[in-house]
Amino acid sequence: MQLQSNEPTGPIEKRWDQHRFDMKLVNPASRRRFRVIVVGTGLAGASAAATLGELGFRVQAFCYQDSPRRAHSIAAQGGINAAKNYQNDGDSVWRLFYDTVKGGDFRARESNVYRLAQISVQIIDQCVAQGVPFAREYSGLLANRSFGGAQVSRTFYARGQTGQQLLLGAYQALARQIEAKTVEMHTRSEMLDLIVVGGRARGIITRDLKTGRIEAHTADAVVLATGGYGNVFFLSTNAKGCNTTAIWRASKKGALLANPCFTQIHPTCIPQSGEYQGKLTLMSESLRNDGRVWVPKRVEDCTKDPRRIPEADRDYYLERRYPAFGNLVPRDIASRAAKVVCDEGRGVGPAVEGQRRGVYLDFSDAIARFGKRTIEERYGNLFQMYERIAGEDPYEMPMRIYPATHYTMGGLWVDYNLMTTIDGLFAAGEANFSDHGANRLGASALMQGLADGYFVLPSTLSSYLAQAKNSDVSTDHPEVRSAVLAVEERLKRLMNAPKPKASPDVFHRRLGRIIWNECGMSRSRQGLEKALAEIPALREEFWETVAVPGTGEELNQTLERAGRVADFIELGELMCRDALDRDESCGCHFREEHQTEDGEAKRNDAEYAYAAAWEYKGENATPALQKESLKFDFVKPTMRSYK
Amino acid sequence: MRTFKLTLHIWRQKDARDAGHFETHVVPDVNEHMSFLEMLDVLNERLVAEGKDPVAFDHDCREGICGTCSMVVNGVPHGPQRATTVCQLHMRHFRDGEELWLEPWRAKAFPVIKDLIVNRGALDRIIEAGGYVSVRTGSAPEANEVPVPKESADLAMDAAACISCGACVAACPNASASLFMAAKVAHLGLLPQGQPERYDRVRRMIAQHDAEGFGQCTNHGECEAACPKEISMRFIAQMNRDFLHAMALSRQPVAARQGGAETVEKAKA
Repeated sequence: MQLQSNEPTGPIEKRWDQHRFDMKLVNPASRRRFRVIVVGTGLAGASAAATLGELGFRVQAFCYQDSPRRAHSIAAQGGINAAKNYQNDGDSVWRLFYDTVKGGDFRARESNVYRLAQISVQIIDQCVAQGVPFAREYSGLLANRSFGGAQVSRTFYARGQTGQQLLLGAYQALARQIEAKTVEMHTRSEMLDLIVVGGRARGIITRDLKTGRIEAHTADAVVLATGGYGNVFFLSTNAKGCNTTAIWRASKKGALLANPCFTQIHPTCIPQSGEYQGKLTLMSESLRNDGRVWVPKRVEDCTKDPRRIPEADRDYYLERRYPAFGNLVPRDIASRAAKVVCDEGRGVGPAVEGQRRGVYLDFSDAIARFGKRTIEERYGNLFQMYERIAGEDPYEMPMRIYPATHYTMGGLWVDYNLMTTIDGLFAAGEANFSDHGANRLGASALMQGLADGYFVLPSTLSSYLAQAKNSDVSTDHPEVRSAVLAVEERLKRLMNAPKPKASPDVFHRRLGRIIWNECGMSRSRQGLEKALAEIPALREEFWETVAVPGTGEELNQTLERAGRVADFIELGELMCRDALDRDESCGCHFREEHQTEDGEAKRNDAEYAYAAAWEYKGENATPALQKESLKFDFVKPTMRSYK
Repeated sequence: MRTFKLTLHIWRQKDARDAGHFETHVVPDVNEHMSFLEMLDVLNERLVAEGKDPVAFDHDCREGICGTCSMVVNGVPHGPQRATTVCQLHMRHFRDGEELWLEPWRAKAFPVIKDLIVNRGALDRIIEAGGYVSVRTGSAPEANEVPVPKESADLAMDAAACISCGACVAACPNASASLFMAAKVAHLGLLPQGQPERYDRVRRMIAQHDAEGFGQCTNHGECEAACPKEISMRFIAQMNRDFLHAMALSRQPVAARQGGAETVEKAKA
């Protein structure tokens, strides 16, 4: 298979406009004839479904939650970037483009990133018109802040709940289309397979989570906006229900999956407190604007009350190692630095599995400088959340933080039109691999989700439909029937393991431990090879001993989890394979074999300037690697340096 | 680290038709750092290993923002800690030997699906009836063209913080969704972008609310006390003002509201 990026050529700032002009249109009267399925109702899915409905297509939207408004975009805290340059501090579309390509460590496609930066300004207009209550200045104009190490203030925010407010905007637009009957909404409905007829995506198989009924839905095109696969780690900042099933099923049907090893570890999460823990909670990295990160210089101080450790005995390791950026270095660098000090034995907080994994995030200097009230205004809700979970008052006691899996840059490979390698199957938002390369910048996920859903897909998907010339596929088509049978077979197998012994979570936790240790913040050939030996054994044990009580014909949460865990195990194996293939360090992907003398990542552009897209070849077969080589005509690759 | 024993009386109900009953389980080793839902995870993992049907409960983000989790703990929606969803409630707030009764949201408009899980689709339908600004993608003016006073934006944000969990309904003796609905009416009504549809919006949302079988507001204030996001009851007053305005000026028929102590002038349906 030859990967065609289908990106336009010519001056980069004209590419999207030219491409839009070149695309085919469906006239308004004919749109009603086309049916589109959108899976997932987060920022990308809700905005795509609403906009396609507005255009007049017949849309069916699906989510596993009980309401489309609960998709995990809702939990994003910090903000959304846009190149408005309202602050007159030198921002521009070009600078946002440049920062995103560089921040992604030169592993993203330039044309896509430029388009994203261009569209960013329209997103803010759209959201404000919907009534998103962004923070404002006393003038009544929009406020901005600097975020995640950016040197300009281009982040728009709604307190610490930006994701919630943007999602409610998209959800309300979706609700309006549901009322207008252009969108039919299916909640508590999980996609379990993709229907491919004649090489084209023509529908999905779902399970109604309330009744267990298996249903086939056909359409002229399918959009997967199903989010990332961070829950492969078991412990992550994702919601408990976030899963990889939709994109993994699609990859088994022929959609290539790109850069699965690119997973972002967020530096400011609340550390794990025990074995029973089911999820980790992220706190906005805006906290690093005022908090100082440190650990004790000496191991023996690690169990002391931090307030009694004198300045001279503290190691503000980010300020020490990166004097120019200090506490505001990008996420991957801040995370790795925390791991290094904890691996040295200088971590703080309770020991879990024999190691203290935590560093201090200290606000005492900021409180002394600005007063408690100002800090409360800036971070009040975050401090409250921390106190609720950790049981300590961060105004009095330094917070403890540790990195946790947060976002996945990898996902379904898509061309410039966001179409996967299956005709008629599109992927949007975190579910695709497109814009962030090997590392995503803070406040860019919300931007990408909405850019894909409001502005890119409605154009490119219309153009696909205008040319598709599909014949009707009924639900008793042989391909549909065989997909339904395969889904039913698999559910039966999950419910009837030969020696049922343990709940799916037991296997998920074990998988998470393998992936976190060997394919987390730092990776090595030896560790990855070990993981690649362990995961297939775990997979076998899972199918042999997973216990799922009850039946498939009712609401059965254990069955839901079992299916998701089975897919995580297979995807986890592919992540390790991808990490092993990428014999360089770049962005989030730190291979211990490739580092400078002072422990910084060493990229290898000569051999690895490509997106690695993996083709599924069967249950026990090795997947095939297809490479999309990346060219950098506008941003010259340089070493990232934050010293 | 403190560990202790809890006795849980949990509502079990096979489906909407089943009468339902309490079932008692003992968790002997609750850890004080666990969240409430992690404690239930531990119980469920044991039930599954024993081949028993685990307790079905709704949950997702587990950081208090998605609004999925929903259970009544000892008569209080989301449990004893103020301004806290049950997923954010931690076990350090409980004592050794305590007995807890766990129940689903109870309201006619929220039929039970299984155990502690209810169907809250009625809340979505209230939003579908008008809880939005009708703006097409691509037709928005430049974002800074219309200044919004900071105070309006801040107040709108206070209302928009609602997570649609339904605790207000579960807490209300009338099972009214007034606080939920008022939060959306106020959020959009406080902003210049929400003005053109302001009165039509409140009229349509209230009609849907009543049609779903939610009761009316009689100012008990239980909703505000139970709300994990501390949405203020003042928004209900504001909604009622907007509704009166809609009744007086609307060219559309305004449905009469039934029941409740507050008398709303009857107009023709």
